[in-house]
Amino acid sequence: MSEEITITIDDQNIKARRGEKLLWVALDNDIYIPHLCAIKEEGRPNASCRLCFVEIEGLERPVTACTRKVEEGMVVNTRSPRIDRLVKTGFDLLLSDHNLNCRQCPANRNCALQVIAKKRKLKLKRDRFKPVDRKFALDDSPAEFAFDRSRCVLCGQCVWADRVEAEVGAIGFTKRGINRVVTTFNDLPLADSICTECKLCVEACPVGALYYKEDKKA
Amino acid sequence: MGKNDPQKIYENIREEARQQDQSRQDKPLVMVGTATCGLAAGAMQVKEDFIREIKNKDLNAEVIEVGCIGHCYAEPLAIIAKPGFPPVCYGNLDDGLVHRLVEDFLAGDDPSYEYAMAALERNDEFPTFEDFPRGVYEEKLILEHCGFTDFSRIDSYIARGGYSALAKSLSGEPDHVLAMIKEANLRGRGGAGFPAGTKWEACLNKSGDEKYVICNGDEGDPGAFMDRSVLESDPHLVIEGMILCAYAVGASQGYLYIRAEYPRAVEHVRHAIKQAGEKGLLGSSILGTGFSFDLEVFQGSGAFICGEATALVNSMEGKMGMPESRPPRLTDQGYRGKPTVLNNVKTFAYVPLIIERGPDWFKSIGTPERPGTAVFSLVGKINSTGLVEVPMGTTLRQLIEEVGDGLPEGCEFKAVQIGGPSGGCLPESSLDVPIDFDSLHEAGAIMGSGGLVVMDQEDCMVSVARYFLEFTQHESCGKCTFCRLGTKHMLDILTDITRGEGDLETLELLKELGEDVRDGSLCNLGRTAPNPVLTTLRYFYDEYKAHIEEGRCPALVCRDLILYYIKPSKCSKLCNVCVGSCPTEAIYTRDDGLKAIDQEKCVKCDNCRKACPTEYDAVLRLSPPVLPDEKERKAK
Repeated sequence: MSEEITITIDDQNIKARRGEKLLWVALDNDIYIPHLCAIKEEGRPNASCRLCFVEIEGLERPVTACTRKVEEGMVVNTRSPRIDRLVKTGFDLLLSDHNLNCRQCPANRNCALQVIAKKRKLKLKRDRFKPVDRKFALDDSPAEFAFDRSRCVLCGQCVWADRVEAEVGAIGFTKRGINRVVTTFNDLPLADSICTECKLCVEACPVGALYYKEDKKA
Repeated sequence: MGKNDPQKIYENIREEARQQDQSRQDKPLVMVGTATCGLAAGAMQVKEDFIREIKNKDLNAEVIEVGCIGHCYAEPLAIIAKPGFPPVCYGNLDDGLVHRLVEDFLAGDDPSYEYAMAALERNDEFPTFEDFPRGVYEEKLILEHCGFTDFSRIDSYIARGGYSALAKSLSGEPDHVLAMIKEANLRGRGGAGFPAGTKWEACLNKSGDEKYVICNGDEGDPGAFMDRSVLESDPHLVIEGMILCAYAVGASQGYLYIRAEYPRAVEHVRHAIKQAGEKGLLGSSILGTGFSFDLEVFQGSGAFICGEATALVNSMEGKMGMPESRPPRLTDQGYRGKPTVLNNVKTFAYVPLIIERGPDWFKSIGTPERPGTAVFSLVGKINSTGLVEVPMGTTLRQLIEEVGDGLPEGCEFKAVQIGGPSGGCLPESSLDVPIDFDSLHEAGAIMGSGGLVVMDQEDCMVSVARYFLEFTQHESCGKCTFCRLGTKHMLDILTDITRGEGDLETLELLKELGEDVRDGSLCNLGRTAPNPVLTTLRYFYDEYKAHIEEGRCPALVCRDLILYYIKPSKCSKLCNVCVGSCPTEAIYTRDDGLKAIDQEKCVKCDNCRKACPTEYDAVLRLSPPVLPDEKERKAK
């Protein structure tokens, strides 16, 4: 076991292991930091959702908690006007590209976006930025689940589950920029790909993009 | 020691190169500038013309290709070196001029100075480039031989002392090289200005013997061509710099990452690597020592993001060219997970010079904090476009007014865009800012890799910001939220403004979003993408306001905010030029013989305005797009 150290998060003294990532130390100690893409076991985090910003004393600008290793004596703040502003903008940006009809969504009340909105008192509305509204065909080819990309936040949890946990490799990111998407090789429907329908990706999806058909409301 | 003395081996190589070079100097030599820019201007035709004319006259003269001389405005260019005369450079060449030069100068003895631009050596007859206004301010270090040396022959490089820094260094210890670079305070020329010595030392201090040296030649800014010119025109300088770096940090393999859109750079560098290998300057046991280093070219596929260090490494490893969060830095965990030094083309090019001439020499140029020079590609509304190298600390005003010879007549300075899509637009009031990493950063721009575009009253700052944002938005890899979606929304807002839509709140949102994209993005592409927007908002806020509040584009650029109008009092019955120039038949002849535009049909292509003879100048652009009242419209 690595050396035990003490850090301060929001004025609380917290014991941690040197080298652990700050995000998980905070979450393990019931200190909430918004996050979507973070995966504890991943050595080099994606750091792509840009929601887990914190301020660390001595650093000029906010940093992502998922990428920062804790160090002895580190003093961390999870809230400040600067952080709140960045998180709000990041969140609003994600919503602008998210099919926000919660009532029809199988993940309603079980959605990471709703958690972030509640914890940080953010509006689940798309009034700040014009909705991007990319058009996607629903992939309901698997027997028990479906993939609605209009709800996907590109966090990559499903890709990790598919590649590392299930060791299948049916899905991954393709395309660039605003067209970035999670899909199969050659954009085949999941049922026609090498997908084994193990459903680990459905379990991993923090929003309602990958969902069980039986949960889908009429 | 028992090992061969690298200096001695080198001296033999150099002597051989000198003799080779000497034998060429007995006959006239025509050097045609055939870097990419020269080619685009027709240099190959000029070269063929020279060969044909020389053959017709049955002269004993050789025509060779050289790289970029840096005077883009006068391409195609050639230098004629004839024994008994100073070498003379001629610009704007065509077949007629070539014929004349061959007849009068090569066959005869008249250098035709009336067509010459400058001599390359001091003489009593004709001024040199140093006598140009820009020559006073320019200080060429890494560009010194660009365009004046035969890039295809390693002997030309060696004869002028090339690879002697390597030979010297190999006789001593590797830490001596590092000490010199640190002492010289060489800062990376890729844009951020990170001290090269610190980077190299971090790599050196990592254990393990598998380390890499990579040269970043993925120059992708619109309007920038410094790295391309250096790679095309003087490839050995960069290669020697990389070998020295590899020796200092203990690497045995290096790569030059060059974008595939630079085929000539790729070709020249590959050729140079081959030649260096044949001379024993690359490969195993360099100059007979125990030090071995191999170099390869890796061609990038043209994604702007791959100029970002971690994305570059990912793309070399066969992954998607996407950035990673740092730390770990590349010096800890780079290519294939091994310690890697990644520097820009120009950074490596300084290295042999610093080793050869010493850190004190380097520090005597520029400012003490930021020694050395800065290389800029000077473009836009400026008389002498070109590739220039000036000491750090030169002001923007000197660069534009003296080195670039000011703006063409009729152009009034409005802004200068520095650093490409990652940089900013600075106004007149910032022109006395000295050129260095920190001062420019403070003003809101960045040094970037050195693109510099001068703009005048006909450039709309909103359109310029929109242009650069369209570029970065298109080049965003899409990995992180802020860059993927933030640049998209910024672009949408800017597009609306160029259409006169939006309100002052939209401007506030644009500014807020820009700041958040800057602070929140994963990599430097996203973090710097808002710079063109934030600087134009800061310095040209009124122009944004005019678009929004008055529906007016002051520069008369934004198509939705202008209309074309033929002023009856200026138009002539005797002229029909505009009618023929219109692709949509929008221009008709009125009953009184004057011309008018059917606004429904007009596509605002600007053809009629360009076609209208200057003595009339009757076609006007009006912004906001409101026609004058009927009385004026119907007037004769």
